[in-house]
Amino acid sequence: MATDTRELSVEPGEPTTITGGPTPIAGGPSQDAGRPSPDAASGGARPHGGPVVRASRLVRRFGGRTVLDRLELSIAAGEFVALLGRSGSGKSTLLRAVAGLDHEVAGSGELRVPERVSLAFQDSRLLPWLRLLDNVVLGLKRPGAAARGRKALDEVGLAGRERAWPHELSGGEQQRAALARSLVREPELLLADEPFGALDALTRIRMHDLLRELYARHRPAVLLVTHDVDEAVELADRVLVLEDGRVARDVAVDLPAPRTPRDPRFQEYRELLLAALGVSPRPALPSVRTAEETTDDPAQ
Amino acid sequence: MSQAIARRRLGPGRSYPYGRIAGPLLLLAVWSAAAYGGLLDPRVLSSPGKVLSTAADLIAQGRLQTNLLISLRRALLGLLFGVGAGTGLAVAAGLSRLGESLIDGTMQVKRAIPALALLPLLILWLGIGEEMKVVVIALGVAVSVYVNTYAALTGIDSRYVELAEVVGLSRAAFLRKVVVPGALPGFFIGLRLGVTASWLALIVVEQINATSGIGYMMFQAQQYAQSDVIVVGLLVYGIFGFASDALVRAVERRVLSWRRTLAN
Repeated sequence: MATDTRELSVEPGEPTTITGGPTPIAGGPSQDAGRPSPDAASGGARPHGGPVVRASRLVRRFGGRTVLDRLELSIAAGEFVALLGRSGSGKSTLLRAVAGLDHEVAGSGELRVPERVSLAFQDSRLLPWLRLLDNVVLGLKRPGAAARGRKALDEVGLAGRERAWPHELSGGEQQRAALARSLVREPELLLADEPFGALDALTRIRMHDLLRELYARHRPAVLLVTHDVDEAVELADRVLVLEDGRVARDVAVDLPAPRTPRDPRFQEYRELLLAALGVSPRPALPSVRTAEETTDDPAQ
Repeated sequence: MSQAIARRRLGPGRSYPYGRIAGPLLLLAVWSAAAYGGLLDPRVLSSPGKVLSTAADLIAQGRLQTNLLISLRRALLGLLFGVGAGTGLAVAAGLSRLGESLIDGTMQVKRAIPALALLPLLILWLGIGEEMKVVVIALGVAVSVYVNTYAALTGIDSRYVELAEVVGLSRAAFLRKVVVPGALPGFFIGLRLGVTASWLALIVVEQINATSGIGYMMFQAQQYAQSDVIVVGLLVYGIFGFASDALVRAVERRVLSWRRTLAN
């Protein structure tokens, strides 16, 4: 796999010993802390190759505050990783670092990312003056871009809307168009920064299904930043909990597809992660909850 | 229709057909009523009929067309140079730090000095010929276009810049797909103000040291107390001012068709 290495200057005084790595959790369901494992993937065997993302001793500072503190991260090819953490834990900083959007941020460490990276923002960020198809293929130079853009729009259920202006679309449709824009680039790594955070609960469920479907078809590695524990357990092979700028928990989610919150093991993961986030889980009422319901956001 | 379509409660409501000319028509009606009702002394203000017949006479003599063409030429040239200079300076200041530090402060100072205040100096430098007139008009236009275009360029949403980086746009593609369309609404505001500014400057330069043009024709009429000729001049200014603004609006609506504003 072609990888583009963005070497960042390592500060000479940086300690080389790495502490605070993934911690095994006692009593949790199936922890495979530290390294991604093929058998930990949901829905049976998923062939993961070598890591596409490697961060080691990654440090990022804003002013006097160390937001990422010698962070270690490795994401295998085709692996779906969710990133949880309280606000201020460094989720967005990490994502922006991996996306290469932190030009003027002080920091050090080594970061390897693949050549083709797509980023889905929390807002759809469609350019209001470009029609939908032009938005999807924005910056795409390869021949046949329009045809591929049309196909991508079709994949997210927006066939026939190529000539629509972004403001003519609903919030969910705009976010679907943004997904099409991310996937038309055939990324090796898809970064997503709370892409469903601004959507209503029903639309969010549909978007989860769509994302799962698209992921199954295209198989990029995914790093999904979310504040929604259920979303993380439902979608990811591995859930990382960020705390004080480090990966405090690394939980492989081993649940069969389709994942549903009604599964008692789903609840176990949920409680484990909530505890890791420092939230005492509310008494769960599995008999009342249905698959169609999303919970309020306990992590916020 | 039996059922009214729900309207935006806080919007201005549905627009009337031909609503924009209703005001001028009403004004014309009041003027006619006053003139034919004997309320207006013809020495103060001629009646609409007298104005029309004077306009017909002026056209028959060829005076109106000649002066109008000269005025239009001045306004158009001034507008052209002004828009060009204003846009060019705004792009230079908005897209490069060097340009920003050299140009923006200077333009803000220039903005504080009305173009017409520079008239004595410009006459000293350029004489009282066509160059001076075109330059005065262009200066007024350039400031309007510059201020609004520069503000639009620097006000482009940083989130769109981030997007451009993420999808790997080249500098040229970034300018074409993000900067230019993002700055167009501001440019059009500047253009509309610039068109108004060009007519304003035209009127002033044609009444000072001019020997031709609509303003000169009105100035002459003032000497001979011909209120009808003055009103013809005013009408011509009004019609062309209104028409040019309508033209810019029409172009704006076409170019910025992606926008959804309160007005539509």
